[in-house]
Amino acid sequence: MIRFILLQNRQGKTRLAKYYIPLEESEKHKVEYEVHRLVVNRDPKFTNFVEFRTHKVIYRRYAGLFFSLCVDITDNELAYLESIHLFVEILDHFFSNVCELDLVFNFHKVYLILDEFILAGSCKKQARSYDIRCRRNHRENGELEKQE
Amino acid sequence: MALSGMRGLSVFISDIRNCQNKEQERLRVDKELGNIRTRFKNEKASLFTLISNDWGLKEENAMPSKFSTLLSDRITLTSLVHVKGLSPYEKKKYVWKMLYIYMLGYDVDFGHMEAVSLISAPKYPEKQVGYIVTSCLLNENHDFLRLAINTVRNDIIGRNETFQCLALTLVGNIGGREFAESLAPDVQKLLISSSCRPLVRKKAALCLLRLFRKNPDVVNVDGWSDRMAQLLDERDMGVLTSSMSLLVALVSNNHEAYWSCLPKCVKILERLARNQDVPQEYTYYGIPSPWLQGKAEIYLRNFDFWHELGDTDSWCSREQREGVGLINRLNIKSLWWLLDHGCDIDALINLTLQVKTMRALQYFPTVEDPNTRRSLFEVLQRILMGTDVVKNVNKNNASHAVLFEALALVMHLDAEKEMMSQCVALLGKFIAVREPNIRYLGLENMTRMLMVTDVHDIIKRHQAQIITSLKDPDISIRRRALDLLYGMCDVSNAKDIVEELLQYLSSADFAMREELSLKAAILAEKFAPDLSWYVDVILQLIDKAGDFVSDDIWFRVVQFVTNNEDLQVTEAASLKAREYLDKPAIHETMVKVSAYILGEYSHLLARRPGCSPKEIFNIIHEKLPTVSSYRSKSGRYSATTRAVEYHALSMKGAALMDILAEMPKFPERQSSLIKKAEDSEADTAEQSAIKLRAQQQTSNALVLTDQRPANGTPPVSQLGLVKVPNMSNADQSTAEQGLTHANGALTVVDPQPPSTPSPDLLGDLLGPLAIEGPSGTAPPQSEPRVASGLEVGANEDALAIAPVEEQANTIQPIGDIAERFHALCLKDSGVLYEDPYIQIGIKAEWRAHHGRVVLFLGNKNIAPLGSVQALMLAPSHLKMELSLVPETIPPRAQVQCPLEVINLQPSRDLPVLDFSYKFGTHMVNVKLRLPAVLNKFLQPIMVSPEEFFPQWRSLSGPPLKLQEVVRGVRPMLLAEMANLFNSLRLIVCPGLDPNANNLVASTTFYSESTRAMLCLIRIETDPADRTQLRMTIASGDPALTFELKEFIKEQLVSIPVPSRPPAPMPPQARPTSPPSAALSDPGAILAGLL
Repeated sequence: MIRFILLQNRQGKTRLAKYYIPLEESEKHKVEYEVHRLVVNRDPKFTNFVEFRTHKVIYRRYAGLFFSLCVDITDNELAYLESIHLFVEILDHFFSNVCELDLVFNFHKVYLILDEFILAGSCKKQARSYDIRCRRNHRENGELEKQE
Repeated sequence: MALSGMRGLSVFISDIRNCQNKEQERLRVDKELGNIRTRFKNEKASLFTLISNDWGLKEENAMPSKFSTLLSDRITLTSLVHVKGLSPYEKKKYVWKMLYIYMLGYDVDFGHMEAVSLISAPKYPEKQVGYIVTSCLLNENHDFLRLAINTVRNDIIGRNETFQCLALTLVGNIGGREFAESLAPDVQKLLISSSCRPLVRKKAALCLLRLFRKNPDVVNVDGWSDRMAQLLDERDMGVLTSSMSLLVALVSNNHEAYWSCLPKCVKILERLARNQDVPQEYTYYGIPSPWLQGKAEIYLRNFDFWHELGDTDSWCSREQREGVGLINRLNIKSLWWLLDHGCDIDALINLTLQVKTMRALQYFPTVEDPNTRRSLFEVLQRILMGTDVVKNVNKNNASHAVLFEALALVMHLDAEKEMMSQCVALLGKFIAVREPNIRYLGLENMTRMLMVTDVHDIIKRHQAQIITSLKDPDISIRRRALDLLYGMCDVSNAKDIVEELLQYLSSADFAMREELSLKAAILAEKFAPDLSWYVDVILQLIDKAGDFVSDDIWFRVVQFVTNNEDLQVTEAASLKAREYLDKPAIHETMVKVSAYILGEYSHLLARRPGCSPKEIFNIIHEKLPTVSSYRSKSGRYSATTRAVEYHALSMKGAALMDILAEMPKFPERQSSLIKKAEDSEADTAEQSAIKLRAQQQTSNALVLTDQRPANGTPPVSQLGLVKVPNMSNADQSTAEQGLTHANGALTVVDPQPPSTPSPDLLGDLLGPLAIEGPSGTAPPQSEPRVASGLEVGANEDALAIAPVEEQANTIQPIGDIAERFHALCLKDSGVLYEDPYIQIGIKAEWRAHHGRVVLFLGNKNIAPLGSVQALMLAPSHLKMELSLVPETIPPRAQVQCPLEVINLQPSRDLPVLDFSYKFGTHMVNVKLRLPAVLNKFLQPIMVSPEEFFPQWRSLSGPPLKLQEVVRGVRPMLLAEMANLFNSLRLIVCPGLDPNANNLVASTTFYSESTRAMLCLIRIETDPADRTQLRMTIASGDPALTFELKEFIKEQLVSIPVPSRPPAPMPPQARPTSPPSAALSDPGAILAGLL
């Protein structure tokens, strides 16, 4: 099950945070700080999985943004990794070439899309539009990279 | 691109972005918060004081101060449900701003009610904002949320689909127990309703999943299992996927009820896998077939939520309409893509569903139906073989996600050898690839594999590759490699692996050092070929990573050296210690160890240069100041103490010979290191995954029924280990001694600890049970027994193992206990006991002479079970430590009690679990034999003729080699017998005996006293009379030979068959050769009686 999803930029500013477990405010801040520290300095050649407390963080970096999912240790890592990518694709469609600023100014819409995407800590629409991902993957990554 | 038409919000965000520093940002945020607060308060004020609405529109600094104080009281919710005054647009804007501020990390301690109150707004735009902001700002424990339950329920049972979706989303994301209780029936109705569209049902499924996790009782097992099976026939992919998520949770909680879903899962999997293979059929010259269009419709339906939004909502503001338009554009674009590249969509649309289905299957213990099993294995085989590494990273990820899930399922199903080795080969390939994710998962899954099957040898072939990964720059990979190395280590490769770890230690980063050194220490201790190597390793360890070597590690090495008989080892150790002291800079732990060892044994070195007492004193004296004011926590050893003592000794010379007497031996006890590793394993992410899965499987219920700490630490670890009583004894005694030394009262130090710890652990262990002493004849009478009218163990009849109270109690066990026990003798996990209220499962892991057993106590009922007690009655040859068993087991929850077993010497006696609980007014007490049988401590080893014959010859005659003609053997074919032997972990070595009617087998037995000991077995059968045979057993230990012989005899004479009464276990007259001490041992007697 997904414990929380975080979207942070390289400086550690949270652009989106959604928790599926009840956490205290102070705990949330701590979690956000720790996850950022954990992922920010990792080499692109490293795995997309890091252990975090008793869970695992599956993260993926798009330009200056880190999308991190905290999941159970026994969950299927690759499936979640793919769901991050799908989420990014959906954002990209929505905003046509999404960049960090889009997410900042339209954070309320991002929440909306996220709710359509993840519910009760499970991905709902992972299957959807997979082909698009495959085909457009390279282009997309390239574009996101450019905007950095 | 500025999509947002909410100008105020955009301006605010821009302002924040333009802030030069944190201070400015804070000022801006404070200003905004003040503004919002005023607006909201003005609202309230306007209700109560009828002040004109104009107040609400003014800037906050324009507020008269008397009003600010007046309004600073907290607002009550009720008044705000229908707030008038602020326009809907404004309300939305402020609530969004609050969320943004909250996201920046500022505390927003007001306005929650405004957010919640928006939920009850009649129009979509406000309602939607209310739902989203509420689910971000509040969590399930917030009181405000309770106030919304009714509104949410109205939306769920209402007719408006969009509202239903919003409500289900909120409940699915933050619904708590109360939601579960009041909404579950409605959500269930939606899920199975035929009039609801898939869009809603999909959400309902996931929403129900959340509610179930919060309170498993909301799903009524009896009624729901059929429904669930029906749901699996669902044609809509979205609903099916969500239902599968739900099923995974349901099955993990109670797999028996959902048995009927299993074949359906396999069918789904088959269907999906087939589709993946033949996509071409569905297109005709590039034109999608009707089938594909059907898919496209399904696909579109995912979006129709948005369509509706544009149509029906007159309140929809411009920017929202724009958003909707965009989404529609997106739909059309996506549809276009879909039609254009339709072929592979179906191959990949199934990713989640496949993964989920396989996950669900992993929660069923086995697949029994042969047809289902066959087709399942076919599918798995296809997945295993048909997955290639391709260039496209995402496609790779998707196919490997499925592949790894398939691997996990194969491991779970305990497939045939062939498939297993195929899996290992695949993993071997993965751990060598460059792609880091695949390599990581390869390592992780290999570690899992180690735990479930005996593929050790095949995995060992990859040792070099794994060691390379230990040096990978990525810490995630290094961790996995370390885990794997740790898991795969055994006697044969311990030296290599530990040396590798030591070498790596000096370059390892700090994050890993502690774990690394702990693991190295444990491996060195567990698998040391000889003691001096062990001492050497630990000293190196301290030298290289002193800060990370915990006190336990050096306590342990000192204990080993002291307890060891061999003077040479002691001398070597002292010499090493002396050498390390010469180094210019050494860690304080090293000073402590050296001081201790030299303090005790330097006389052995006295002749060597530089080792005269005086020189040694000088060098220790010189190094001691580096030791920080140190007093070990338990007061056991103290370097300062040593120094004082040493100093005093050197003053007085040989005058006080009795003081020079060596420290008494430390009582043997469980390595605190191993214990520590367990502790730390429990609360770090380092847990070996398969174990975790097992825990997850069972802890799901526990985790989620509890009001547990927010960050969700796994509950398993919270069970503290019960100390073996004698340990504290020892601590105390040595502590006392230490004290004597420290006081400088050097008159007479009794070389024996004041209160000699009982040499027999059991005496202590059983002490608290009030079992009467080792008189041998009187049946042990325990404390006031729970079950009334029960004569616990008072019956010397060997049958008494079957639940003693069968006659007295109304609660009948389900299934034959003896049969379950015998099944467990041959496998490592399964159900040990079951009755209408409780199920006791067992999962064991045996490695060398250590065993780690987890008891799963599952409450099957909706009421808690109280007065739960579990006492371990261990025979003398086993050292057992059962962690604390909670007094009550919550309804429908499962608790786990880890149990550590160490085999001290060969014996066939069995431990007994005395288990009792109370349900309602019923007291139930059962005594259960635990399958810690002799064969669990065997590890099969194939012996070649070159090794076999010299061994066989060198072990000549009794007591090391025993021969016996056994009559009354259950007739069986030689092949059957070979199978039986193999299942007992006695590996049959074909070709060693020229006579085809004979059978030769070998194995290694592990215990603390014998260490690893090779055992050789030869069975000569008579083809004319299958009821008799002659067997010859040889090993290096007389007791072992005898016990093994008897053990095999029991297996041959009475193979447990279901119809039999509980197998007659022990009481055969013991010959005098094995240590008869066990006879006077209460545990042994008790176990024997039972």
